[in-house]
Amino acid sequence: MPEAREVLVISGKGGTGKTSLTAAFAHLAGDAVVCDLDVDAPDLHLLLAPRPWRTEDFYSGHEAVIDPAACSGCGTCAQMCRYDAVVVQDDVFRVEPLACEGCKVCVEFCPEGAIAFPERHCGRWYLSQSRFGPMVHAQLFAGAENSGRLVTLLRQQARQLAQEQGRELILCDGTPGIGCPVISSLSGVDLAVVVTEPTPSGRHDLERVVELCRHFRVPAAVMVNKFDLSQEHTRGIEHFCAAQGLELVARLPFDPVVVEAMVAGRTVTEQAPHSALAQEVVRAWGRICELARLRRAA
Amino acid sequence: MRIAVASGKGGTGKTTVAASLAWVWDAPVVAADLDVEEPNLHLFLRPRITGRRTATLEVPEADESLCTACGACAELCQFKAISLLGEVLLTFPEMCHGCGGCLAVCPAGALSAGRRELGEVIWGAAGEIGFVMGRLRVGEAMSPPLMRAVHRRLEEMLARRPADVIVDAPPGVSCPALAAVAGADLILMITEPTPFGLYDLRLAHQAFSSLGVPLAVVVNRAGLGERGVYEFCREEGLPILAEIPYHRRLAETYCQGRPVAAAGGEVQGWFQELARRARELAAGEQEEAAHA
Repeated sequence: MPEAREVLVISGKGGTGKTSLTAAFAHLAGDAVVCDLDVDAPDLHLLLAPRPWRTEDFYSGHEAVIDPAACSGCGTCAQMCRYDAVVVQDDVFRVEPLACEGCKVCVEFCPEGAIAFPERHCGRWYLSQSRFGPMVHAQLFAGAENSGRLVTLLRQQARQLAQEQGRELILCDGTPGIGCPVISSLSGVDLAVVVTEPTPSGRHDLERVVELCRHFRVPAAVMVNKFDLSQEHTRGIEHFCAAQGLELVARLPFDPVVVEAMVAGRTVTEQAPHSALAQEVVRAWGRICELARLRRAA
Repeated sequence: MRIAVASGKGGTGKTTVAASLAWVWDAPVVAADLDVEEPNLHLFLRPRITGRRTATLEVPEADESLCTACGACAELCQFKAISLLGEVLLTFPEMCHGCGGCLAVCPAGALSAGRRELGEVIWGAAGEIGFVMGRLRVGEAMSPPLMRAVHRRLEEMLARRPADVIVDAPPGVSCPALAAVAGADLILMITEPTPFGLYDLRLAHQAFSSLGVPLAVVVNRAGLGERGVYEFCREEGLPILAEIPYHRRLAETYCQGRPVAAAGGEVQGWFQELARRARELAAGEQEEAAHA
């Protein structure tokens, strides 16, 4: 059994339609392992209705906690902390959990040994059965560090599921931006599908995320969503893709059916299968599968 | 006073609101773009750039001739940025969080401070609006240290010329988003009336309500979708300070790279009203803080 291919949908800029498109691809693929890597603000479950059959707590790193009874108030921790995480209130030293990086420097250098260093409970992850097959997803707790460790863990779980169930495709919904979680989701994928929109922000963020794909040597293809919003910016994106040797796999028209489908908890390909939008999504999905296969063969 | 513009879900219109608020603000103001992974505010305010500096993080550099291979540094490091392979010390600067622990713990003085480039801090002005942003180097994983550098520059600017601050925060509710809204007198949560918008607004509300700062909502693309967002705001007592309808002319102004408030007419009026109400709520918070 060959290893499953992995397709990741990302965008740089948020709100370009990643999740709606990933859900439609999950519907069209039918037998993929679907993975929501946006562990910070996940939305894919709203369309795929997963029922968890396994729930796990996620721990990552540690946090410093000062025992006020053992603290002598010498201030070493506050001097050494690079993150200004130690605050003093009415002569009581306390570590602000949101600012604590979990570096252990204060724990190491406290002359009284007054600082504990418990593991940090950061969120939960789930293995589920969704409307379209197995799904791996998670929810970080508010304010937790999105270090990419949870993203890496979810991808390992998805690969294991694919292996066990003999599934050939892993379909991942990515997170906005270009930092830790995006970098963790990119390494070693067969194809990154970058969803953009014809606006100054869409264009700007597309360029950065394409540069990131190049940096990590991940092949990328581009989809322009709501292309009819600005012919001028769409042309600009087309030129950019041509100059970069990137295939533009779809130009999707603006269609209120995307929101109607979302409200109904369905994918656009279920909600309006005969719309111009859904048909372009079907065509694009065919091409994405070809590209991901070609890439693996090469 | 500081107003932070944030949202759980990306693409709800944070930058649109931040740019337009700055544009109608009737007092000295600095617009600060803290979405350092994908900064966009400059595309709409089009500031004249007057300065920039490279932001770096202190990472260890090893001097093999001094290293006694005691392993204290590797044992302390929580980020796998330094390890001892037999007698050889290896550093992985891209993993380093810059805590300085290894330098402090090394008994042989074998480690010195090197630098990793995080990105750039860039500043200037768009007419009367002061401007500062961070731009993360592509390939750099950590945004919080660059955000701290942007904050430092912002404080320098405010020390020279006191002003209100409008912060454009990164999307989500994990640590970069919380770091961006820290110190605000009001957090404006931008959402859209869709199931995704509602789910992520709940997350943002959960995350931000622990900060003890007044929260308010702006509904963008009003008229789309459903009523869930409005019901949630009513239940939680969250004031909705503005509703921005989906409108072809606004979309066009946005596509031209201008603050949508610059479309003039009633649109400018909505943002003036939003600014007035935001100022009122933030001033209430400042007064309370002064009395506390």
